[in-house]
Amino acid sequence: MKIFEVKKNYFNADLPSQIIKCSLLSAAIILASGCSSLGVQPWERDLLAKEEMALTSSAIDSALDDHIYFSKEASSGGKGFGGGGCGCN
Amino acid sequence: MQLTHKKAPINIKAALTIATSALLGTLPVIANAADDTTTPAKAQQESSWDFESAFLYYSESDRVSAAEAVISAQKTFENEEVLNLKLTIDSLTGASATGAAAQPNVQTFTRPSGKGSYQTQAGKIPLDDTFKDTRVQLNAQWTQPLAENYTGSAGVHISKEYDYLSLGVNGNLAYDFNNKNSTFSVGLSYFQDTFEPEGGIPLAFASMPSAYDDDDDEYGNDEEGEDETVNSAGKAAFNATRRTDSDDKTTADIMFGFTQVINRRMITQFNYSYSKVDGYLNDPFKMLSLVNSEGIAQDYLYENRPDSRVKQSIFAQTKYHFEQNVIDISYRYMWDDWAIDSHTIDSRLRIPLSRNSYIEPHFRFYQQSAADFYQPFLAQSNAIPEFASADYRIGEMSAYTLGVKYGMKLSDGNDLSFRLEYYRQEPKNPGFQAPGALADVDLYESVDAIIAQVSYSF
Repeated sequence: MKIFEVKKNYFNADLPSQIIKCSLLSAAIILASGCSSLGVQPWERDLLAKEEMALTSSAIDSALDDHIYFSKEASSGGKGFGGGGCGCN
Repeated sequence: MQLTHKKAPINIKAALTIATSALLGTLPVIANAADDTTTPAKAQQESSWDFESAFLYYSESDRVSAAEAVISAQKTFENEEVLNLKLTIDSLTGASATGAAAQPNVQTFTRPSGKGSYQTQAGKIPLDDTFKDTRVQLNAQWTQPLAENYTGSAGVHISKEYDYLSLGVNGNLAYDFNNKNSTFSVGLSYFQDTFEPEGGIPLAFASMPSAYDDDDDEYGNDEEGEDETVNSAGKAAFNATRRTDSDDKTTADIMFGFTQVINRRMITQFNYSYSKVDGYLNDPFKMLSLVNSEGIAQDYLYENRPDSRVKQSIFAQTKYHFEQNVIDISYRYMWDDWAIDSHTIDSRLRIPLSRNSYIEPHFRFYQQSAADFYQPFLAQSNAIPEFASADYRIGEMSAYTLGVKYGMKLSDGNDLSFRLEYYRQEPKNPGFQAPGALADVDLYESVDAIIAQVSYSF
């Protein structure tokens, strides 16, 4: 029973982050498993092929932003690598 | 991908193409149409470089300002191999928060080099105004199809500044399936950084030493002044607070990505990243005020952070094409073993104004919790902890960015854009009781910054 208590407390302390992790993970799994029914035919890519629909539509803007926020905040990466690179942090 | 025919602009592009080619020891490839079945658009791509350039200015009120220039050159070879070369140069000047707390009286601090000192006025957050640096960064990235549905990419990174060297490599493998509507990718990156700060690396929790050369010129080299004996004794006392001249840090990252086309208008991406940082993770210029029960600083001690950090993050992004507009929304949740977790929401809406121009409002919200060893000051009544830092960047904070970008396609087919953003950081008290005088000063001062950028692609 003691062990159960400890685990329960641990879970409660981290509850918000656990919920976020679980729901994001579930969303990813659901999407991945249902992906074969999603998507378009090659001739339906007119909009997706546009420059502004690229996931990173401006690589330079992204790199400059990453550099600013890496040096001013405790988080980095996520979209791309958040590694080292400068002595600004 | 840009498939439009561009009229070659005047000299800049030709000159840069020759320069880039000379650098690589190759001559510009002329597409051989005779035994090639590629389209004219592709043939044109093979024979030319595309350049993107940007100039960014970042300025905090009363604190740091930075200017950054980037030029990126990209060339697509036969068989869809892509080479990207990027040069970044930035320059930083201004004042940076030292971690010491504001006081009801004037405070005197030794400059990081030990040569000279500076004063902070009563009620003001101590800022070290000797902060200046120039950085040069080079990146090269090669991407090519490896087999049917497989794309590989590899890159190198080198960044050098006055007191810092960073070397990095990365590799990425992507697999397309489901009619190229789904992509799995895995990426690895490794950085090796060496820090050689001005004045050396201080010992953990060493007291800030006195200045031993009252020369305001930080980079002055008159070490043999008239008062040599006083200086050498002072220098010995300064050196006693230093551990070594330089130290290293390594960063290893692994990232798994999944991209899915939802329908003709919508695409999504999910990433999971794991990052392990080892080595010297302190900021050698940051310290903590050691205060008595009245909140008055008795000493200033250099910070100490753990020598490893494991960060993980989940990132999700969606882009949706409305009739005209394109919305881009992303969310990142990051957590680490320093007890920091953070939420980032980033959104952009691209609104076409005409066939050749658009406006793009941008909103970003960021919130982080404090590291478990963050504290805004040390109290004399408590024992010195194993780790402590008063760096507000690892404290509790929320921040937002509001911006707008205006872009246009010029008559020669080149792109020109302007971006203007306002960034505000609001550090918060994660639950510390400020004794005496510290209750009357701002320990969690907000920071306001302006970001301005001009970009030109040709």
